Amino acid sequence: MADLSINFAGIRSPNPFWLASAPPANSGAQIHRAFEAGWGGAVWKTIGPPVLNVSNRYGSWNYGGQRMLGINNVELISDRPLEVNLREIAEVKRAWPDRAVLVSAMVESKREAWHEIIRKIEDTGADGIELNYGCPHGMSERGMGAAVGQVPEYCEQITRWVMEAAAIPVIVKLTPNITNIVSPARAAVTAGANGLSLINTLNSITAVDLDTLEISPNIGGKGGHGGYAGPAVKPIALNMLAALGADEIVHGSRLPISAMGGITTWKDAAEFLLLGASSLQVCTAVMHYGFRIVEDLCDGLSSWMDSKGFQTISDVSGRSLGRISDFKDFDLSFRAVARIDETKCIQCNLCYVACNDAAHQCIDLMDSGGRVVQAYAYPAGSNGRQEATGTRPHPRVREADCVGCRLCYNVCPVDHCIEMVEEPSGRESVTWDQIVKSRPEVSEDWDAMEKYRKEKGIHVH
Amino acid sequence: MAEVKGLASDKLAKGLGEQFPPLTSHEALVEANRCLFCYDAPCTHACPTHIDIPRFIKKISTDNLAGSARTILEANLLGATCARVCPVQELCEGACVLGSEHKPIMIGRLQRYAMDHANNHSASIITKAAASGRSVAVVGSGPAGLSCAGELARRGHSVTVFEKRPLAGGLSTYGIIALREPMEASLEEVRMIERMGVRIEPDSELGRNIDLNDLKKRFDAIFLGLGLGATQVMGIPGEELILDGLEYIEQSKLSPGAMTIGRNVVVIGAGNTAIDCATVAKRLGADEVTILYRRSEREMSAYPHEYDFVKKEGVGFRFLTQPVRVLSEGGRVTGLVCLRMELGPVDGSDRRIPQPVRDSEFVIAADRVVKAVGQQKPGLAKMLGLKVERDFIRVNADLETSMPGVFAGGDCIRVKNAASTVMAVQDGKIAAAAIHSRLGKNNG
Repeated sequence: MADLSINFAGIRSPNPFWLASAPPANSGAQIHRAFEAGWGGAVWKTIGPPVLNVSNRYGSWNYGGQRMLGINNVELISDRPLEVNLREIAEVKRAWPDRAVLVSAMVESKREAWHEIIRKIEDTGADGIELNYGCPHGMSERGMGAAVGQVPEYCEQITRWVMEAAAIPVIVKLTPNITNIVSPARAAVTAGANGLSLINTLNSITAVDLDTLEISPNIGGKGGHGGYAGPAVKPIALNMLAALGADEIVHGSRLPISAMGGITTWKDAAEFLLLGASSLQVCTAVMHYGFRIVEDLCDGLSSWMDSKGFQTISDVSGRSLGRISDFKDFDLSFRAVARIDETKCIQCNLCYVACNDAAHQCIDLMDSGGRVVQAYAYPAGSNGRQEATGTRPHPRVREADCVGCRLCYNVCPVDHCIEMVEEPSGRESVTWDQIVKSRPEVSEDWDAMEKYRKEKGIHVH
Repeated sequence: MAEVKGLASDKLAKGLGEQFPPLTSHEALVEANRCLFCYDAPCTHACPTHIDIPRFIKKISTDNLAGSARTILEANLLGATCARVCPVQELCEGACVLGSEHKPIMIGRLQRYAMDHANNHSASIITKAAASGRSVAVVGSGPAGLSCAGELARRGHSVTVFEKRPLAGGLSTYGIIALREPMEASLEEVRMIERMGVRIEPDSELGRNIDLNDLKKRFDAIFLGLGLGATQVMGIPGEELILDGLEYIEQSKLSPGAMTIGRNVVVIGAGNTAIDCATVAKRLGADEVTILYRRSEREMSAYPHEYDFVKKEGVGFRFLTQPVRVLSEGGRVTGLVCLRMELGPVDGSDRRIPQPVRDSEFVIAADRVVKAVGQQKPGLAKMLGLKVERDFIRVNADLETSMPGVFAGGDCIRVKNAASTVMAVQDGKIAAAAIHSRLGKNNG
């Protein structure tokens, strides 16, 4: 059995799964139940200045019959009195000494205000503090949240104020609503933070109601951007996490990273770990299904680690980071082609139409005698199950023409029916960077490029 | 012997109500999203009318139900009936790529969902061309006739349908058990065809109160969708006491409460009509229902899924059994004298010929006997002077008969293959296209 426990900047928890600072971590009663369900930790919903909330608060992006592939929200930080939150934090920590209890905070951009809130949090016995520099709605209009996170100088300044006062670990939570996530991360490193977390939610509008023409969610006839989260944002979060891992300063600082953004299954969790996270935060999946999901997060992750021979989370953390590369360093001689397993193919022919209409026209439809046929070629009088299935053409890749784009693989509804097979290109490995250095004219002049292609035997279909 | 009479209405509703409820919008959405949207889809190929099935299903998933219904109607004006009565296992659903390992998409029920929407929002979903000034007579308002009439009306022609019965719709109205298609669904479809501008004249029968030569004078073209005749005569003593299967089904739709079901019902024949008759008898309260067939299980013409269905209904089968005489007391059936049969050499329909086993006579007790042994060929054809092929009306590829300008389609031309509603609809389409092209040419 793999050991799932972590030590994140000195904060210990029995597994890497923490509730993210969000509605599921709004109260002591909720966090009690979450810990009963097995969560390793929780980041308390952000405490700070007084606020008032609105309704409706949550918008949902549904697709293909699936609900809440993305959720957006305009809920503000905790609207419960500060003293109530602080009292409950202390109670929860006393009741659950083995779990990680962190507190997210956000106050006015004043040194004294930050010092005061840090003192109050530390008085609860909490294990750590997360600085909310990411809230993209409402609070940012008051100069807090993303308004800080989007300006690296503010980020650094406020973090310095916090570090002056804090005795427990401090994590800076980054906003993704910025061109380069590395800049605020470096600012946090410079200011002496103990850890980083990302991503906060993305600016978004989920829907416009086609009956009323109102924005959804509708707030008294109005609507606006809200913070977007859930499975739909996972690829964005993975990329930002990898960007931190690829940055010399951030990576070199060895600050641990707590990652989040659409983590729904243990597979998502494993991917975030592989790209450098060492703690994981979850919100949307809990908002959809409740605290019970932590059981399979732990169980699935543990089984996978066992199957791979990983004993601890730190064995996994960052394991795939070395494979992150820029385009200029990819091997241009690597060649993969699509191959269809005809015994698995159900002849939906989605690969054919995708390749033919949207890619490189290298899949043919063949009849049972191996002759290329056109789609819709059956006579109008032909009908019935047997004729339709008996004469149905099947797709076949012309491998010589396949550019290996992988679109067919992506659209195929049958697992392992289309595989991308590595085929030797017969060319020596070379990267774009090497070509530019050795023969700069190839990158500047089409005639030179054509000459280069001919010389190397590169056939562009 | 006590007889079940005056069935309670709740039993009727439960017994003969439509077998499948309409899909809820959630069910339809989940099912529509399951469709892979195949390219050059096999379901569309398998459909005799080639409805673009993935397209209409995709439109359900995008909440474009009017567009979905239009996609169906453009290929098949009787989409509502076909959604209910088509043997989908042999057609679209049987060809679904998800059928091999998973469950095929419920195409029939999704089609019904889209068509129900079209009926509930009776806005004209199909657009009509400008009036052509040409007129066509359609004889028979079954699926072939209605399809042809509607297709011609869409193209701007003035169409009058002559129907011998009081209600239009043919077998959809009178001959499909309510379990599959309630009468109201068929009549709603008739109304949709009427909204397209088609005139329907009921109680008008060729050879009784209308005359083909007269129609030829009054109309630019004629389409005959005559269907088939009454149930065939078996020629056994006491046959007058045997109920006609088609009439039996008709009564179950028109006035099931007035039917005398009996306790011990025997149905003769093993086609789909026999299955339907047995289903009606069982659902309306018979204790024992037995299907007699002179050949074996292998030769029966009922679809496999219908056979499975009726077995689950509790209907028994006696194969290789040939009735030879009806037993009765005072005009009431008491049983059937039968012979055991065995299979001999193969006949013209590629089926082995049943032959009686000597001295094998035995009696099956029954208080009601229904026969569903196939319909007679259209007798009208010869009377009208049309050339026939194996007693069916002979037509060419355009479905034109030996009489120029007179076209025919549906069961009355079905020399080969099993007769079906959807094939009749396709005939109506083919003939309408040919007639339209002919009228256009004549226009100069």
